[in-house]
Amino acid sequence: MTKNGRQRAARSKNRRVPSRAGRRSIPKAPTGIAGLDDITRGGLPRRRATLVCGGPGSGKTLLATQFLAHGASALGEPGVFVSFEEPPEELIENSRSLGIDLRDLSARGKILIDYVRVERSEIVESGGYDLDGLFIRLGHAIDSIGAKRVVLDTIEMLFSGLSDAFTLRAELHRLFQWLKTKGVTAIVTGERGPEGLTRHGLEEYLTDCVIVLDQRVTPQEATRQVRILKYRGSAHSNNEFPFLIDDHGLSVLPITSLRLQYDAPSGRVSTGVPDVDGLFANGGYYRGSSVLISGQAGTGKSSLAAHFAHAAVQRGERCLYLAFEESPAQIVRNMRSIGIDLQAGVRKGLVQMQAQRPTHFGLEAHLVAVHRLISEWRPEIVIMDPISNLTSIGTPLEVKSMLSRLLDFMKGLEITTLSTSLIAEGSASWKTDVGVSSLMDVWMVVQNAESNGERNRALQIIKARGSAHSNQVREFVLTDTGLKLIEVHRRLDGRVLVGTSRQTDQGADAARAPVAPSGRP
Amino acid sequence: MSNRARRRTWRLRLYVAGQTPRSIAALDNLKRLCDADLENSYEIEVIDLLKHPQRARQDQIVAVPTLVRKLPKPIRKIIGDLSSKERVLVGLGLPPSRSR
Repeated sequence: MTKNGRQRAARSKNRRVPSRAGRRSIPKAPTGIAGLDDITRGGLPRRRATLVCGGPGSGKTLLATQFLAHGASALGEPGVFVSFEEPPEELIENSRSLGIDLRDLSARGKILIDYVRVERSEIVESGGYDLDGLFIRLGHAIDSIGAKRVVLDTIEMLFSGLSDAFTLRAELHRLFQWLKTKGVTAIVTGERGPEGLTRHGLEEYLTDCVIVLDQRVTPQEATRQVRILKYRGSAHSNNEFPFLIDDHGLSVLPITSLRLQYDAPSGRVSTGVPDVDGLFANGGYYRGSSVLISGQAGTGKSSLAAHFAHAAVQRGERCLYLAFEESPAQIVRNMRSIGIDLQAGVRKGLVQMQAQRPTHFGLEAHLVAVHRLISEWRPEIVIMDPISNLTSIGTPLEVKSMLSRLLDFMKGLEITTLSTSLIAEGSASWKTDVGVSSLMDVWMVVQNAESNGERNRALQIIKARGSAHSNQVREFVLTDTGLKLIEVHRRLDGRVLVGTSRQTDQGADAARAPVAPSGRP
Repeated sequence: MSNRARRRTWRLRLYVAGQTPRSIAALDNLKRLCDADLENSYEIEVIDLLKHPQRARQDQIVAVPTLVRKLPKPIRKIIGDLSSKERVLVGLGLPPSRSR
């Protein structure tokens, strides 16, 4: 482990231990929305009301619907949806696009939709009134299905239907207090106002938890952002996080843990090449570590990846191969030339190859797709070949941030990842990967050493956190039975010879005993 | 028109939530107005939502008291304790009352 790594681990440990012992976090209601439960550290405050605000089309209603549906279908917590805007048919139709069947849930008595229609043109006011009608209505709805969750979407519509703003404010305040006594966890949505968070200042009454949704349109694309503005009694992340709405509903990125809390397993996994295993003091990669292999085109990066995959299959483990450049068929064919049959792994159901050119997706969508695949299939190892292709769809900073979230997530699942990175021909050196490499536990560079009119392949380990490793640049060949390291041939004058010069020298100096390879320090 | 309207049968429904001062006031105000302006051809049905909570949803009631004019059609709603007589008359679709 590097010094920095050690310090970081120590810090995160120190931070964690006392807080866990001393903290009594408030009870929470999971939303079931990937990522949102992470950034809220478990969900929304239970038996309290959360304000979700944002502009039109920012996803407030969808978030609320998903929260309700998750409770109703997965947690045995029925829910009441009070809609002030959309009639039930529209609500049902819109949520179907997220894979939520509100009609079925209401038919089974797990969700009750109450459409509250307040139309100013149909109402005349004469003298004082209160909202007891709404209280009774909501109370009856809650009691009739034993609701544990409530959504009020968007209660500010009352202000356009009724004119007595003073009464409305007082009544809403009373309503939110009353909701607490009903013991329900609520989401109240509010439309973003010109000055405040909401048009009518709901944030003054709903102070337990405030979530702000935002949609920003740049020349390239529209991005959605979510932020936990306030969360009383709970730690939460203050940052803005991108989120997506697709046919699985909402996903907030990072969909993964933000903390460096994963265990550090000490077991090892073979690199797939016994010779290469020998370069590491612990005989391979640590399980759950992240490995980067950088190199120019044709240096053998994919071969190392294929070896790694093959070894996993032989152990009976699952391997997800994300091919960002070549088609699976092409990779299988190429690897057959070095004696690796990836297709056999595919047939056994142990290898899943996914070819996706990242440009077809945005970076976020890509992260979500990969995340979903991993969550569903739970591979032991994941190969990303090559991650350098991701830079075509995002800035280096964005790519690094996406990768770090993805790697964190996989670490949390003890997945060992191997990423390759293509270094452009003619670019100065592998140093172009320095940014990404800081995320990686192991970094190997493969290159073509050109001398005396021939190109020889060479491999070196730049770093391997937590493991002593060889410092030598090792020559290797790709044979029809796989990748082989060549014994180091070091002359007495200290020069290491490769390729033909090695062979010549070995022949000429046959009498001299070659220096034994010192793979391990 | 106004005379014909006054001679029609009026079916009114008043939604309240319990016997609050406001609901009592609303009913008093309503009776007084009907006696004066509807020439006794009216029916008032009072629905206490505390006793019939499901009616709030069925009949789209939010505020109480709410007075609903069922007949003559179309349905109209007046909310409040009905203390402003002129507003009630507007809500019921009647011309301003003759000053007596």
